[in-house]
Amino acid sequence: MTVVAGSRLARIARSVRSTPIHGLVLVTCLVWLVPSIGLLVSSIRPAHEVATTGWWTAFTTPFEFTLQNYEQVLTRRGFGLSFMNSLLVTIPATILVVIVAAYAAYAFAWMRFRGREWLFLAIIAALVVPLQITLVPVLRLFNEVGLTGTFPGVWLAHLGYGLPFAIYLLRNFFAALPRDMFESAALDGASHRVAFFRLALPTSVPAIASLAIFEFVWNWNDLLIALIYLGGRRDVAPLTVSITNLVASHGEGWQLLTSAAFISMALPLVVFFTLQRYFVGGILAGSVKG
Amino acid sequence: MPERAVQLAFAIVAIPALLVAYQVVAERGLKLLPRRAVRALEAWVWVGPAAALFMVFLLLPALGTVILSLLDRRSTGFVGLENYANALANPDFQVAVRNSAAWLIFLPLAAVIVGLLMAVLTDRVRYGRAARATLFVPVAISSVAGAVIWRFMYDYRPPGADQTGTLNAALTSLVPGAAPQAWLINAPLNSAMVIVAAVWMTAGFCMVVLSAGLKGMPPELLESARVDGAGEWQAFRRITLPLLAPTITVVVTTMAITALKSFDLVYVMTSGNHDTDVIATRMFKELFSSRDVGYASAIAVLLMLAILPVMIWNLGSFRRQESMR
Repeated sequence: MTVVAGSRLARIARSVRSTPIHGLVLVTCLVWLVPSIGLLVSSIRPAHEVATTGWWTAFTTPFEFTLQNYEQVLTRRGFGLSFMNSLLVTIPATILVVIVAAYAAYAFAWMRFRGREWLFLAIIAALVVPLQITLVPVLRLFNEVGLTGTFPGVWLAHLGYGLPFAIYLLRNFFAALPRDMFESAALDGASHRVAFFRLALPTSVPAIASLAIFEFVWNWNDLLIALIYLGGRRDVAPLTVSITNLVASHGEGWQLLTSAAFISMALPLVVFFTLQRYFVGGILAGSVKG
Repeated sequence: MPERAVQLAFAIVAIPALLVAYQVVAERGLKLLPRRAVRALEAWVWVGPAAALFMVFLLLPALGTVILSLLDRRSTGFVGLENYANALANPDFQVAVRNSAAWLIFLPLAAVIVGLLMAVLTDRVRYGRAARATLFVPVAISSVAGAVIWRFMYDYRPPGADQTGTLNAALTSLVPGAAPQAWLINAPLNSAMVIVAAVWMTAGFCMVVLSAGLKGMPPELLESARVDGAGEWQAFRRITLPLLAPTITVVVTTMAITALKSFDLVYVMTSGNHDTDVIATRMFKELFSSRDVGYASAIAVLLMLAILPVMIWNLGSFRRQESMR
């Protein structure tokens, strides 16, 4: 009897002691959730409701919800086209970064050449370089050769700025692959091309997936590169640029802004929830060293 | 729009095809050369494209910007360090520096504290995974969407009107007699509020990295500390914190870089108005509004100089790591 009472007492004591933990965790989660919920709810409320009452009143009668905001934003405000532009900026840029970085990372990991150490140190240094320091000369070059305001121009910009991180991540992964594998392939007379496509790539699928997903989300979310190198042209503007323009012109049109913002969040959120493991993997590989 | 879909499909097929063809052609080409040349050139087939892009997009433009910063606004005449002197004496730039300094202190501090707290605490509750996912969601979305979300949170209506902004509604209903605040207008409160949005966006990143660091720690150490009668706080301070120190350093430096480079949130939330400018937004304005290339370049160089210590530290820790391999 006393033993049972004792253990029950201990359990109660433990749960009392852990109450602050639950409280802290739950309150923090609430603070992190509320802003997004407010956005989502407002995006499906009628314009006059959004303008006059708080989003939380949507949960009281009368329930009034609508998809009109999305329709208006996607068609009349041109966010359908912006969505396609975002895809057209992001996907090719991601493919380019992953492949070009993989070539270089392979050489850094498995080939000897003059200047290898120096070049890799330069790449480590470039990991933290603010792209502002390169902006004017690159923009002048782009104007000179007619790349400003074109999709290939933005792809190249994303490629150039994305390479250091991508090379760093893949080189660390390639360098950790077993040396014997490459040595015996070389003894069998396999060229580097064969070793790369038949050995290095297939054994690195998780790392490459992590990098690709990370780069995809990164490029999708970019504002600065698009703002500068697409030169403010509306017909090529991706979602981030279009939303920024909408904030500048309709700063209080919350029914439009909230639905536009949610359209831009949808794809990263899907990626995040379906491929969370790879996405987090990419972040960890890029930040935790050693 | 169908046109965009066609372009996209074309790019998805053509880019990989081109890049693979490049390797095939390069290999064939190498076979035509004498053996010695092959040895020297082979690796450059692989690093060549990346190295060329590195030169064109990073190294040469960075040197170019340093030169431009010594020229006048149209890049025609040499003015020495005048642009730097002007920047340091300019009140607008001083405001930007002060704000960037505030970002540099408070963003890493707040994001790492929240991240560390949640990494430790979510480890002890059954719904830890869900809680971590909740905190991590903002990491996946763009700063532009985050800016819209927080502008909406901070929305201001005059006293007496129904508050549609969550924060003002909470303030006016919870604190009797409190007046709604124009969060993004009154300095220096407005910069603090933008930093709050930045913490919301980045704490999840800190948490995930620190959480991975915690998982990598040997559990026996904590157990034995507890057996020795150490309280939870003692165990955390004496065991967890020192073991986690290297990971914390990495997270803090990453956040410091994020703070110094911050642009999107400020640009979309306030456009840098009402004294919220940071160095990156200031440079953008000087370049595209004032069209002063020399002055804007000088600001970019100063931003680079602020980041330089982290870069050097990064190189040092990389060398140490490599020497242990």
